[in-house]
Amino acid sequence: MTASNQILPPPTERYTILNWLRKNLFQNWLSSIVTLVMLYVIFVSLRGILVWTLTEGQWQVIIANLRLLMVGQYPLQQIWRIWIAVGIFGALIGLSWGLWIRQKLAATLITLGGPFLLALLPVDTATRLTWVGVGFITAAGFGLARVFPRFLRRIVLVAWLVYLPVVLLLVRGWTAENGPIPTVGTNIWGGLMLSGLIAAVGIILSFPIGAALAIGRMSRYPLISAFCVVYIELIRAVPLITVFFMSQTMLPLFLPSGFNIDPLMRAMTAFTLFNAAYMAENVRGGLQAIPKGQHEAAAALGLSSFQSLRLIILPQALRNILPILTASVIGSFRDTSLVMIVGLLDFLGIARVVLAQPQFLGRHIEVYIFLAFVYWLISYIVSYIGQMIEARTGVDATRR
Amino acid sequence: MENQTPQPKSEAFAAGQPIISCHDVHKWYGQFHALRGINMEVQKGEVIVIFGPSGSGKSTFIRTLNRLEEHQRGQIMVDGIELTHNLRNIEKVRTETGMVFQSFNLFPHLTVIDNITLAPIQVRGLNKKQAGELAMQLLKRVGIPEQADKFPGQLSGGQQQRVAIARALAMQPKIMLFDEPTSALDPEMIKEVLDVMIELARSGMTMLVVTHEMGFARAVAKRMFFFDQGQIVEEGSPDQIFNNPQSDRTKLFLSQILEK
Ligand SMILES: Nc1ncnc2c1ncn2[C@@H]1O[C@H](COP(=O)(O)OP(=O)(O)OP(=O)(O)O)[C@@H](O)[C@H]1O
Ligand SMILES: [Mg+2]
Repeated sequence: MTASNQILPPPTERYTILNWLRKNLFQNWLSSIVTLVMLYVIFVSLRGILVWTLTEGQWQVIIANLRLLMVGQYPLQQIWRIWIAVGIFGALIGLSWGLWIRQKLAATLITLGGPFLLALLPVDTATRLTWVGVGFITAAGFGLARVFPRFLRRIVLVAWLVYLPVVLLLVRGWTAENGPIPTVGTNIWGGLMLSGLIAAVGIILSFPIGAALAIGRMSRYPLISAFCVVYIELIRAVPLITVFFMSQTMLPLFLPSGFNIDPLMRAMTAFTLFNAAYMAENVRGGLQAIPKGQHEAAAALGLSSFQSLRLIILPQALRNILPILTASVIGSFRDTSLVMIVGLLDFLGIARVVLAQPQFLGRHIEVYIFLAFVYWLISYIVSYIGQMIEARTGVDATRR
Repeated sequence: MENQTPQPKSEAFAAGQPIISCHDVHKWYGQFHALRGINMEVQKGEVIVIFGPSGSGKSTFIRTLNRLEEHQRGQIMVDGIELTHNLRNIEKVRTETGMVFQSFNLFPHLTVIDNITLAPIQVRGLNKKQAGELAMQLLKRVGIPEQADKFPGQLSGGQQQRVAIARALAMQPKIMLFDEPTSALDPEMIKEVLDVMIELARSGMTMLVVTHEMGFARAVAKRMFFFDQGQIVEEGSPDQIFNNPQSDRTKLFLSQILEK
């Protein structure tokens, strides 16, 4: 009798692989059949690629060109600068993981082990050692974050904010030819690094611009809202590739003569302005989904409309559209491959250079499988991080 | 500088000057005439109950008092400040008046304590510690100090509404406006909210309450106003309204809601 009144802990479910299999794949005979059929379909469709990859593929083309694919023609004796950027990135990832994510043991191990895995690739010893170093830095970041979580939170956020400008400066350099950090012209940047930088600049800058456009579109001042509407709708009516072309041919017309910005800057500007229009629509969707009562409650407390937007409305709107944001970040990353059309040697562009090498003629399949794999891997990681942020900020947990 | 209406000290109101005064207030929604000449004066410390049929303009009226709705004719003075287009005056009036909504409208992305401390920190300029202490006092007053670190979505309706009351009180307002604070609640939670409101009324807070909880009106209301079709049809003490209503419409409406 009394037992039923006791407060009991929730029942624990023993999580073994066998239990998981039974629960998810073989619950009854129907699900068992579905499972078996699907396994067969997956096996048949992937067998071709797998067998080819493991037996026929001649991967020398990738191994020999790995540096080109990663950083383009970036001068060999300056590559340490890129390594520093990678090292800081590792540290920030380690710190952030330790501060905010951590719960998932498997994912944590993969994150911390990632650089060590990369060291196993068939590369020269110096590169391997550098990856091991990055691995230790990442792990150190994770450890530090576990020891001083309170102290580090703000610092890490600020570090993320300044990371990209610092990296751009470091990669570009600022001293003369014989100085310690000589300038490296953007015309010889390339490879995955270039794709990553274009994507990062375009995505990060399009956030504030897009949010401003979204807010402007809903403004009660007709001129502001008209400007935002025209901008958003115009950009969205044009394919990205056209925007890239226009940026190369038309942007110089708008600038004072003699003032020349290089093609990479033009491409980044175009990409940012393009993304901002889509970002604006995403943010607007999020803003409009916030119930009127939230605005009213904020106003009734005496918050100004700017405070209300900053503290009440935008945080909720951004949280609600996190899944869409993740998707558009991945989309934007893939879209960077279009800069090849305007002559930049991004990851895809540099792949074409590799394929033109006489000793590797006809190695298309290997190169494109590699490209696809890397694009997939990065997209998957972004998507996973997006899910982690969603779980952390509790889109579901804090909703009524 | 002209807009800086002299700020009368609260003591001045004790001498009989109303803390809220509305004169011939009109409001249209498009063509629809929602408020048709409302006159009302409220003294400091009075508890006013506003009731009437659905669509009679009760919410519209109470929301004009902190300018969530704009009136188009007439004059509204709150705590000596006239409500006009002047944004600064509007914000000032809003910091002096707390509002509690039918649907709570807590901020779902903030914990209970952050919901309460937000405005005192941002608007009143309190530091985090002071605001936190104030918030804990208020949570004790509304009876749920143990819920401070939860999110609104994890609370029952009655608890949420009590948080909403604490949030409004944290600005230390001179006036509290309630728009049907209990009508979204299950019956067993209505009492816990009404108890908080009764305690507040007895502490001397000036309150305007739109409600059909006649028990509450009987217990603490000083005066009651019956609204119908955008007008005040009848006004009086609870005693007069319940025992000797003058208008037929009031009689009919009371008989309908008291029957239930
Ligand atoms: N934003 C609006 N636009 C147009 N009409 C409105 C708007 N808000 C209210 N109204 C109309 O104004 C009238 C008064 O509405 P109000 O919400 O003040 O009524 P109420 O007395 O609070 O009713 P209830 O008891 O249902 O809450 C109603 O007829 C309503 O349809
Ligand atoms: Mg109403």
